[in-house]
Amino acid sequence: MLLAKVVGTVVATRKDPRLEGKKLLIVQPLAPEDVESGRAGQPAKANYLVAVDTVDAGYRETVIIVQGSSARMASGCKDTPVDTAIVGIVDTVKLDAR
Amino acid sequence: MATNCPLLTSMFLAKVVGNVVATIKDPALAGKKILIVQPVNKTGAARGEKLLALDSVGAGAGETVYCCRGREASFPWLPDEVPTETSIVAIVDRVNIGKP
Amino acid sequence: MLIGRVIGDVVATQKAPSHEGRKILVVQPLNLDGTERGEALLALDAADAGVGDRVLVVTEGWSAMTAVERPQSPIDMAVLGVIDSVNLTE
Repeated sequence: MLLAKVVGTVVATRKDPRLEGKKLLIVQPLAPEDVESGRAGQPAKANYLVAVDTVDAGYRETVIIVQGSSARMASGCKDTPVDTAIVGIVDTVKLDAR
Repeated sequence: MATNCPLLTSMFLAKVVGNVVATIKDPALAGKKILIVQPVNKTGAARGEKLLALDSVGAGAGETVYCCRGREASFPWLPDEVPTETSIVAIVDRVNIGKP
Repeated sequence: MLIGRVIGDVVATQKAPSHEGRKILVVQPLNLDGTERGEALLALDAADAGVGDRVLVVTEGWSAMTAVERPQSPIDMAVLGVIDSVNLTE
């Protein structure tokens, strides 16, 4: 699982029927340090994924994403062709002081 | 794979370095701890990017653990289907390298 | 899933039987600003996509296999959809 920020949406009319009605969001993975310190605004532009939203996430929110075949275990994603799912909206991130 | 994401393959050693709190989440994640882990090498030195792992063994801050990746990562909770591709499946007592 | 642009296709006569009857597309992954990202990859077509289309590519085995209706076959990428629009916050 990774932390990520929602930065956009994808609209596709012609698609696998099993994706009908699913919201496709663009997310950019974030380092935990950046989320904790509130610097989450600037994820690396080059790195992004298209994810299926299962928790009603919105623009600019920090979320938890699951990748690979495990993404299909997210709510409502059973037997759908997804490789990345948003499974949580982050309240806080805490890193241990070293 | 062209995702740029740190998809480590198979099981790996890591250190627990933090945690994530999320109120709104997949129902199958309710009541489970989401920890931040830093992958480490055989000597305990950090390698690669940190990532999130679902805890199945009661691991805590600072502990060395090992994680399982992929669909198998959700198997500790069978028959429940839990959406995670990285899970902590053991707390490591020690790592022995070389002859005893 | 990734966003890519179809830049070509591959013709192969001798191949895994499960790959027969499906277009093998050459897809160039794109950055969010539309520039090229890394090397082009191959994906089986499940959306009747063609050269020039901006597409949604799935990079996981089961999803790819079932999208092209070839379960239990050596396929790990498929074009799932043709993208109408991408909307970014900033």
